[in-house]
Amino acid sequence: MTATTTADRQAPPHDGGGRADSGQARPKRPRLPGRLRRISLPYLLLLPALLLELLVHLVPMVIGIVMSFKELTQFFIRDWGTAPWSGLDNYRVSIDFDAPIGQALLHSFFVTCAFTVLSVGLCWLIGTVAAVYMQENFKGRGLLRAVFLTPYALPVYAAVITWAFMFQRDNGLVNHVLGDQLGLTDGQTFWLIGDNSFVALLTVSVWKGWPFAFLIIMAGLQNIPRELYEAAAIDGAGIWQQIRRITLPSLRPVNQVLVLVLFLWTFNDFNTPYVLFGKSAPEAADLISIHIYQSSFVTWNFGTGSAMSVLLLLFLLLVTAVYLVLTSRGRKPADG
Amino acid sequence: MLRLRAAAVIATVTALSATATACGGGTSSGGGSNDSPKTLTYWASNQGPSVEADKKILTPELKKFEKQTGIKVKLEVVPWSDLLNRILAAATSGQGPDVLNIGNTWSSSLQATGALLPWDAEQYGKIGGKDRFAASAVASTGAPGKDPAAVPLYSMGFALYYNKQMFKDAGISKPPATWDELVADGKKISKDGKWALGAEGSNPVENIHQTFVLAKQHGADFFDAKGNPTFTSPGAVAGVKQYVDFMAKDKIIAPGNAEYSQNQSLEDFAKNKTAMVLWQNASTTFKAHGMKDSDWGVAPVPVASGAPGAGKQINSMVAGINIAVFKNTKNLNGATDFVKFMTSTEEQKVLCKAYANIPPVKAALSDPFFSRPEATVLKNTLLTSAAPLPQVPNESQYETSVGTAIKGLFADVAAGRQVTTESVKAALTKAQQQMPKS
Repeated sequence: MTATTTADRQAPPHDGGGRADSGQARPKRPRLPGRLRRISLPYLLLLPALLLELLVHLVPMVIGIVMSFKELTQFFIRDWGTAPWSGLDNYRVSIDFDAPIGQALLHSFFVTCAFTVLSVGLCWLIGTVAAVYMQENFKGRGLLRAVFLTPYALPVYAAVITWAFMFQRDNGLVNHVLGDQLGLTDGQTFWLIGDNSFVALLTVSVWKGWPFAFLIIMAGLQNIPRELYEAAAIDGAGIWQQIRRITLPSLRPVNQVLVLVLFLWTFNDFNTPYVLFGKSAPEAADLISIHIYQSSFVTWNFGTGSAMSVLLLLFLLLVTAVYLVLTSRGRKPADG
Repeated sequence: MLRLRAAAVIATVTALSATATACGGGTSSGGGSNDSPKTLTYWASNQGPSVEADKKILTPELKKFEKQTGIKVKLEVVPWSDLLNRILAAATSGQGPDVLNIGNTWSSSLQATGALLPWDAEQYGKIGGKDRFAASAVASTGAPGKDPAAVPLYSMGFALYYNKQMFKDAGISKPPATWDELVADGKKISKDGKWALGAEGSNPVENIHQTFVLAKQHGADFFDAKGNPTFTSPGAVAGVKQYVDFMAKDKIIAPGNAEYSQNQSLEDFAKNKTAMVLWQNASTTFKAHGMKDSDWGVAPVPVASGAPGAGKQINSMVAGINIAVFKNTKNLNGATDFVKFMTSTEEQKVLCKAYANIPPVKAALSDPFFSRPEATVLKNTLLTSAAPLPQVPNESQYETSVGTAIKGLFADVAAGRQVTTESVKAALTKAQQQMPKS
């Protein structure tokens, strides 16, 4: 970095020497100094991405926020402009926890929190254990790696529909294995309705999510120098000590990003419950994104749905900000 | 330096073109026009055993229309799970098909969006007038007192379908005519892995179809005259409880049906696992599952006592499909011609035979096909003892909220929890509180 900066500073304020000599023949016009042009180029190159980002993400977000202040029902969806402003009414309805709509939202929020903590925790744990074991060179390692990554490579819809079939009570594979073959249950368990639907949802989510954790941690492990382990082994450190003292601290920056990404994906997951349970998820598995979808379409009041989405956005922003502050605070002294 | 400048130019051009592309594509909303008179887009609902089967049935008919008028119809068969959302999205964006099928129960809700072309006397005149259609079918095309939002296309009613062999095995000589008889017969059948009645417990819409009729028989309605929800009236609670009790108390519905939502109950019926289903025009589906027409019988849906009729003796909703024109169409004349074609006596015979529906066009009923036992039961039901679902703007919301509440009650039964009048009332109260203020 330092070398580049120095070179920048030493560069002449105009174009290269050859051009400066022949420049006498050219008409004099005000031109941007080369340095400014060089500085502006990266921004110019970023411009397409920035504009698309604005269009694809920010504009709908802003429209969503505007919608949350309107009474956007079926009477107005054809021409949003005519929908009356409702002030903070949509927000009031959403967070009135004494009324059924607010209560249901709060319940859904708690279900989502429990689901996210368990899913992210399990994905991380299974991913880490598998990645650590896969570090050893053994026969069939490549094949196992490929097998492990299969759930991540499958299209979500196809995979979750398969799970929905497997979880069926009467003809499903899960009841057949647990009940008829292993004798752990009576083989009559409902997985797609009632309280067990939470377990079904968590199972599919972890099955779908852990290969990503595995992939990222595996990449992280490649960067840990082998010498560290060798030195530790010479010093008499056992496998647990090596994992605790070398592997986990070295993986810290990777884990920080991984956990954040998994958290955001899981908290916002819509596809899994939608494909597994259809439009109306059972209460025990009523994740917030599908709850908001269902709320919008039950009442056809897209204003309330938008208000709930904005509240979700604020919550996720807050969690992400706190997480980044906390994790970067820990990192700074280490970097220094 | 040249390279630097070239990169800058490329970046700017890309940025500008990306912006232009993203902003393009929108058209102004408003009334219909005749800007593209040679093409039409048609969203058909899934009426046959599968989307593919529907395409096979409809494509030759659309070719016939093309031959007559020179208008090419682009067909898309939209599955039921997506249809309402697709229509809502089309209404919101103004980008939709020219002609579309809608569930007749959605007519009032969609009418309120203003996205569908109103069928006033002049517009109706272009397709031969309102009198060509059965009155009960026309009653399900929009809120009373307003110009209809659509035209009846197929009519359907509910009937009791029963498995002849299973009835014989249980020593039952004739199909039940009252609910008490149905429960008594059901208890004779429901043993050794066989069950009497099928249900789609996790399908909110199907729950509505069944409980609407039962509530009517208890003298209740789900909306008052002003369009306000009355989900918790004693009759409505009794109707819902009666339906759930077939599984909870009478134990004539298999507990596994609590999670059914994709017509698995019809498959069970075709595989001789379930002896009865209360369904609308099911013969094509039975055939698709490999059941012979001679294996099943059909009878009117039971009532509490006496014979089916009006008022408390209602035994079916007026089920059916309406065909509507999207107000933003760019081929208004073509779209009207297409509706005229689809509701012509000739086409009604062809299509309603293919789907085993009852034609809402009265003249088409003369075809002998509509005098078969199934069609006779359905026809009589529609004429004498069927009522339309509430024609109020919040009808769709009622289907979702009450239907989901009943799904929850079935889940309670499946989990072994008690279903009482209080728990049914609590579930319906919660559903009512979710309804928008009217």
